[in-house]
Amino acid sequence: MLKQILDKAKFCRAFEVSTYNQVTKGNIKIPVYLSAGQETISATISTYYDSLNIKPMIFGQHRAHSIYLSFGGDPVELIDEILGLETGCANGMGGSASIHCPEINMFGHDGLMGSNVPIGVGACFASKKPTIVFVGDAAAEEDYALAAYGWAATKNLPILFIIEDNNLSILTEKKVRRSWEIHDVSRSMGIQSFNITDNPTDILLALDGYVFDSPRLLNINTNRMFWHSGAGKDGDTIDLLEGEDITQQLNEFEKLWQLRLEKL
Amino acid sequence: MAATLRETIKDTVAQHLNSGFLAFGQCLTAVGWVGGTLPEMYEDQGMIELSMADVAGGAFVVGAGLMKKRPIYIIRYQGFNWYNCISILNYACKSKEMWKIPCPILIRSIAMEGSIGPVAGSSHHSLYYRMPGVKIYSPMTPLEYKKCYEDFMNSDDVFYVSEHRGSYNNSEELQDIEYKNPDFVLFPISITRFAAMEASKKLAEQGISVSVYHQKILKPFSPANNSLYYLERCGRGLVLDDDYPDGIASNLAHELMLRTKSSVYTLGLKNKSAGFAKHLDNLPPSSDDIIKYIKEKLYAFSD
Repeated sequence: MLKQILDKAKFCRAFEVSTYNQVTKGNIKIPVYLSAGQETISATISTYYDSLNIKPMIFGQHRAHSIYLSFGGDPVELIDEILGLETGCANGMGGSASIHCPEINMFGHDGLMGSNVPIGVGACFASKKPTIVFVGDAAAEEDYALAAYGWAATKNLPILFIIEDNNLSILTEKKVRRSWEIHDVSRSMGIQSFNITDNPTDILLALDGYVFDSPRLLNINTNRMFWHSGAGKDGDTIDLLEGEDITQQLNEFEKLWQLRLEKL
Repeated sequence: MAATLRETIKDTVAQHLNSGFLAFGQCLTAVGWVGGTLPEMYEDQGMIELSMADVAGGAFVVGAGLMKKRPIYIIRYQGFNWYNCISILNYACKSKEMWKIPCPILIRSIAMEGSIGPVAGSSHHSLYYRMPGVKIYSPMTPLEYKKCYEDFMNSDDVFYVSEHRGSYNNSEELQDIEYKNPDFVLFPISITRFAAMEASKKLAEQGISVSVYHQKILKPFSPANNSLYYLERCGRGLVLDDDYPDGIASNLAHELMLRTKSSVYTLGLKNKSAGFAKHLDNLPPSSDDIIKYIKEKLYAFSD
């Protein structure tokens, strides 16, 4: 399984690097939110639930390219989406920040940070279907997100909250924003909660045997490579994929970008 | 004896839940069952008690809407929409256009006024009016409510239903009052419809002809052709509202003016906050307020 996870993470990384290259060339005119550095999270979770043949509903927000790709989204449709083409996965309306894809049960996002937490909880409550909510450490502290963890606990919903904790909101560190941790809060609400690294082995350990029989929250400490909208790079991040060769996949994505740019 | 609006709403909600759909709200099963407008049903029957987290509560309902549960969201005081509306307006109302996934929700938003302060009182339907993807109804009679629900069930849009507790005892259907040569034409909304009819009757006794065209669907706004015809003929109209006039009332007046080249005024809440004491209330225009306003305008026109 680890080999599958690594391949998936490298696939996502290659996509993100190719997208970043398009940003620097000025070919992308909208804000893009790159998930490079955080790929192992969605790569691990999707691989784990694929192996159990569970197809959860997915509620992500911005910085969700890797979520979409890991769960089987078509990279061509994502490129088209970023380019605002009707053939995009959200008909060109969502851009980078609002990825939607019924084929993989992924619901779009409205742009209000963390709104996917209560909306995902509501969808889970109404359907009782396995649900995963992906959210960053900043959006995770929104007041309505906190209330949503509480209601999920009260109703004992089959929902997994994934906090992609890169410690930054734009460039403001977590310690400036709050003196508490999400996993402590959710634990106090009765949710099984873990604070772990984005090493796939850690994530698999925290998921071991979890088949959506109750709410669970994983606060996963990770590292973001690119700034908030791809405008720059964080310089001091730990890169789990450092040294991995993504050249071939990157070249393929670069070609794909060129082909799709010609559609404009 | 004809059913009241209260009984009609209660039966409508029961029918909705018995069809496998959901209703959400805070303190629904408390004493009174929201003014007697809810059937005594519980969570296992689809009546879902939310936590007191208003912003999240609205978003839970949106999630249920995405799951095709056609939730009815009961908001006990319209002013609470300042918290409750966020995900409804920014997600549910846009979902069909953005992602081709409809998210139908019926919001039962209840108005009342009198000694309940600056937030809970009055109608707040103008809050929703400016956003795309929402239909706004304001039924004040049993048949109007049934029509509203029927339209909702045949639609995949978000419906904001602006109710008023003052109408719950009503069992009568409200007919338009039409004059062939009116001195003034009224376009009342919500609870002001009752005051408008009363004002028209009182003014008729004084020889002043005032037509009344009830506005039941505020968005999309589609005034009856005869109302436009007689407004154009008369040249003077007034939109009445239970909300501040710098919202739906002004927009409808603007639309009516464009269509008829008439002068159309607005009368709604006063531009002030309501306190809790009776003498600090901010009430919708009464029949006396309407009569006074019409007379002043007629005097100005004839001057």
